Amino acid sequence: MTPPATGTINVLLFASYADAFGARQVNAPIAAPCRVSELVEALRTLPGGGRLPAKPLVAINRSWSAHDAAIAPGDEVAVIPPVAGG
Amino acid sequence: MPPPHAALVTEPINVNVLMLRVSDDSVGAVTLFLGTVRKVNDGRAVTGIDYEAYGAMAERELLAIANEAVQAIPGLRLAVEHRVGTLNIGEVSVAIAAAHAHRAQALDASRRVIEAIKKRVPIWKREHYAEGDWNWVDPTTSAASNTVASPELTAPVAS
Repeated sequence: MTPPATGTINVLLFASYADAFGARQVNAPIAAPCRVSELVEALRTLPGGGRLPAKPLVAINRSWSAHDAAIAPGDEVAVIPPVAGG
Repeated sequence: MPPPHAALVTEPINVNVLMLRVSDDSVGAVTLFLGTVRKVNDGRAVTGIDYEAYGAMAERELLAIANEAVQAIPGLRLAVEHRVGTLNIGEVSVAIAAAHAHRAQALDASRRVIEAIKKRVPIWKREHYAEGDWNWVDPTTSAASNTVASPELTAPVAS
């Protein structure tokens, strides 16, 4: 996969976070590679981003990722609200 | 031993089919855990729940949980399904069938799997209330959260 030419990272959103941003996915104003923590900071600058906690759960390529994990160009990135299955 | 069955489904869960998946003449104990939609949460009258999932990751996590249980409990036969979509009061949202030669292992598997699902699988529920409003359930703040200590479980990375 090639990174977005605009230097953004596409981020999948769900449930309450999708409601906060008013979208199921957004382009975060930051280029990969970067850290998860940097991505979160970029997301928080977007309209609705203030409703994200400082350290939300994040998955990279469908696996749980730490806040200091690296995001590479082309990674599937999701910011995940507190899970409530069962 | 057959590999465990784990799936995210959109139709009502057929618990009889799930039980048949784990049935075998080598087992002496079968447990069936069902999570169902109840009519009251945090003191509010609930009329239904929308379950939403990060589908691809949720299926992957469900299967990982099932595989970990089978590795931790030799001889375990396991089938688990979680439903997504709009559910009414009383409907089954999650079903876990576990079978083993002995009851302790079957009971342990059931508990282990449901607790892991609640911690690790990216699924959310939006409760609809009798007053007409709704809310995304947040177990980290819910007063009615019945989370129990399960130190052996792997939680999502505390990022």
